[in-house]
Amino acid sequence: MTMATRGDLSLRVHEAKAQLDAHVQEMVEWHFNPQTGCPFWLEFATKLDWDPRLEIRRFEDLRKFPPFQDEWLRGGPMRRWLPKAFVDKPLYVFETGGTTGLPKSRLAIEDFRTDYEMFSDTLPDEFFPRGANWLMLGPSGPRRLRLAVEHLCQYRGGICFSVDLDPRWVIKLIKLGESDTLERYKAHVIEQAITVLGAQHDIRCMFTTPKLLEALAEELENRSTSIRGTGITGIFAGGTEFTPQYTRFAIEELLGEGVYLTPTYGNTLMGLACSKPVTSEDHYKITYFGPQPRAVIEVVSFDEMDRVVAYGETGRVRLTTLTRETFIPGFLESSGVRPFRKLAAQTTVGVY
Amino acid sequence: MPVLNIPILRWGQPYTSLETDDVVHFVTGETLARVSQANTGLLGRDMRLALHARHLLTEIPISELIAMMKKGADLFLHATLPMGDGAQTPEDFARQQSASTGLPEHMCKANMSKNYFVLSNMDKILDALTRGLDLNILTRGYGVGSRGVMVSYQAQAPVLGLVLPSNSPGVHTLWLPVISMQVGLLLKPGPQEPWTPYRMAAAFVEAGVPKAAISIYPGGGELGAEVVRRSNRTMIFGGTPTVARYRCDPRVQVHGAGFSKILLGDDVVGQWEEYLDVMVDSVFLNSGRGCINCSGIWASRCTREIAEALAERIGPVEPKPPEDPQASLAAFTVPGAARTIWNGIEAGLGEAGVEHVTAGFGPRLVEKQRCGYLRPVVIHCDSPESTLANSERGAVPAERDAEANRTHAGRHRHHLR
Repeated sequence: MTMATRGDLSLRVHEAKAQLDAHVQEMVEWHFNPQTGCPFWLEFATKLDWDPRLEIRRFEDLRKFPPFQDEWLRGGPMRRWLPKAFVDKPLYVFETGGTTGLPKSRLAIEDFRTDYEMFSDTLPDEFFPRGANWLMLGPSGPRRLRLAVEHLCQYRGGICFSVDLDPRWVIKLIKLGESDTLERYKAHVIEQAITVLGAQHDIRCMFTTPKLLEALAEELENRSTSIRGTGITGIFAGGTEFTPQYTRFAIEELLGEGVYLTPTYGNTLMGLACSKPVTSEDHYKITYFGPQPRAVIEVVSFDEMDRVVAYGETGRVRLTTLTRETFIPGFLESSGVRPFRKLAAQTTVGVY
Repeated sequence: MPVLNIPILRWGQPYTSLETDDVVHFVTGETLARVSQANTGLLGRDMRLALHARHLLTEIPISELIAMMKKGADLFLHATLPMGDGAQTPEDFARQQSASTGLPEHMCKANMSKNYFVLSNMDKILDALTRGLDLNILTRGYGVGSRGVMVSYQAQAPVLGLVLPSNSPGVHTLWLPVISMQVGLLLKPGPQEPWTPYRMAAAFVEAGVPKAAISIYPGGGELGAEVVRRSNRTMIFGGTPTVARYRCDPRVQVHGAGFSKILLGDDVVGQWEEYLDVMVDSVFLNSGRGCINCSGIWASRCTREIAEALAERIGPVEPKPPEDPQASLAAFTVPGAARTIWNGIEAGLGEAGVEHVTAGFGPRLVEKQRCGYLRPVVIHCDSPESTLANSERGAVPAERDAEANRTHAGRHRHHLR
C-alpha cells in the first residue's frame, strides 16, 4: 500500500467514524425523546440510572447499554416498537426464524425500501438491466425478503414474479429426516420457477438461495437448457450460507459466461450487506460491506462481548441497528465468524 | 514431513477446493495434510458421469479387474504411491493413519495386511460372495448358472456410494470387491481417515483401473447425506440415529454400532475360565473399536467372578505412544470425545446394582493436550434393566461428521449378569 493510499484510507476511516458517531447521537436522541421515541425504549430509559441522550456521544458509548436480548423481539404487542413520529404510517411486520417457538419480529415502514435502494446502486446495469423483470425464487411469507426483492425490482423499473417457499417447512422436514418429501417440495418449487421463466415474461434477473440456484440449474440442464438460456443475466443470491467455494462452483459450473452472481448477507434486523464483486483473481473471496451507519456489524470475542477480535480470528457477530424506525444496540448473533480486513476496522467488517 | 495437499477426485480428475480441512497429528499437533472439501453441488454435477464409470469398467473383463486388484494389493502394501501433491510410502501411510485416527501404528499396519489379504484373494472372495457364479454373467446380465438354470443379474446402480468412518480403518475391506464387479466407486472419506481411500485409489489406478471409475469427495455431514441422496446404492457407517434413519431404505446398507454380545449358557458358565481368553480378545482386540468387538457378556451366574477376571486382564492397560509395538489402546482424537463418553458411563454408574469393577485399577479417563484415552472399563450389572446394560458406549458423540463417522469407536463396558 502506498503512502498516499494509506493516507487516503486513514482519512476515509476518520470521516466514516465521525459520520457514525454523529448518526449514533442523532438516533439516540430520536429514540429516547418522548416526542419521537417508541414505548419500549422510553420505558427502558426510565429503569436506567443514566440518561442515554446525555451520555451516548459516540458509537463506543452504546456499550453502556446491556446486551440486547433477542427475547425482547419475540411476541407482541408490536406497537411498543413504533416510534411516536410514525404512528400514522402503514406498518409491516417481518419475522425471522420461527421454526420452533415464537419468531423474532421487526416492525418496518420504509427501512427495507431504503436498504434495497442502496443495494440497487451496487448492481451493474449490464447484468441487472433497468426495466428488466425479476423472479423472486426464495423465502416468501412473513419474511422481509419477499417484499424487499419486489421493491428492488420495482425501484429498478421491473415487475417481480415470485413463487411460494416456506423455509420453516423445509427446516422441519430436515429435522424429521423426511428427505423424500423435502426433495418433492424442492421439485415443486423449481417446477413453478421454470414455468414462470418459460412464460415469455422477459425475466432477466433473479433472487435465489444457493441451494435453489443449484437445483434450478440442474433441472434446466435436464431440460437441455441453462440459467443463461432462460434469459437470466443477473443473480442476487443469499438467504443461507455462502462460501467462496460455492461461489466459484456456481460461477464456473452452473452459470458460465454472461451471468453475474452477487452474494449478499442480510437479515431482518440488520438489513443488507452487499459484497464487492467476487472474482477468480481474488480466489472468490466474499467481502461484505455492512450498511453503515444504518447498521454496524462487528465481530467480538465469545468471552468478552466488548472486545472486537483481530482480523482472521473467530468471534461472534454483534449487530447494531441505527435507523429512525429501529434501534437495536449490540445484538449478539449466535453463529461464529471471522472478520476480514480490507479497509479499516470501523468502516469495513466482512463476514466470510 | 511436508504438508500434503490432497484434492477432491472427480472421476479421477483432481480438483483443489477453496475450502480445506487440516488433518492434524493427535500427539504433536503437526498438520499432516490439507484436504480439499467438496460442496454438495460438485457431487450432484458429477453424478451425471456415473454411468460412464460403469461403462468403462464393463469394457474390462472381470478376470482382468481381479488381476488388477491383486496387483493393487501389492502396490497398496509395498509401493510408494502418489498422495495428493506428494508421495506416500507404506511406512508413511501407517504413521499418518495412526496420527490422525489415534490407532496405534501396529494396528494400522495390521489393517493394511487385512486389505492386502482381501485384494489378493479377490477371486476367492467373489467366488464365495456369488456362490460360484460364472462372473461373466455379471457383465452380460444373464447366463446359465451352476445348476443349469438361466439366471439374471442386473446392476442396481452404476456406482456404489460409500460414507466412510474416521475411527475404524478396518471397515475398508467391505468396499474392496466393488470395482472388480464392474461398479464404480464414489467415496466420502471420514475427516480423520482420508488415507485409505486415497491410497487404495492410487493403487487401483497404478494397477490399471480406469481413473474415471473412482471419485473421492471429502467433506462434512451434509456431503454424506448428499452421497446417500444421489446414489442408488450406498453403504454408510454411522451411529444408532443413522441406522434408524436408513433402516427401511432399500437403497442403503447401513452399518451402525455392533451391540455384539457373548452369552454364556447355564450349561457352560461353570467353566467360564476356559473362555476367558476369547472373552478378553472379543472385547479388546483392535482396541475394542470394531463393530464385532464384544460390548456385553451375559451369564446366568458367576458374573462377578467373570467381571473380576476380565478386570484383572484389561484393567491395567495404559495408553502408550502410537509407535510403541505394545500399544493396545487407541486415542480419541476428536476433542472432548473421550470425556463425553466417560461422562455417559459415569452417569450410569450411579444406578443401584451397577458396580465399576475396574475402579481399583486407576482413573479410566486420561486426557492429553490434543486427545483423550479411555482405559478399559468393566462394569458389573445385577440386572438386565440397568441403563448401562442396554447402551453402547462406543459411539463418539462429539464427532464432526454428524452423518458418517460415529460408529466404530472402542467399547468400554462389559455388563454381566
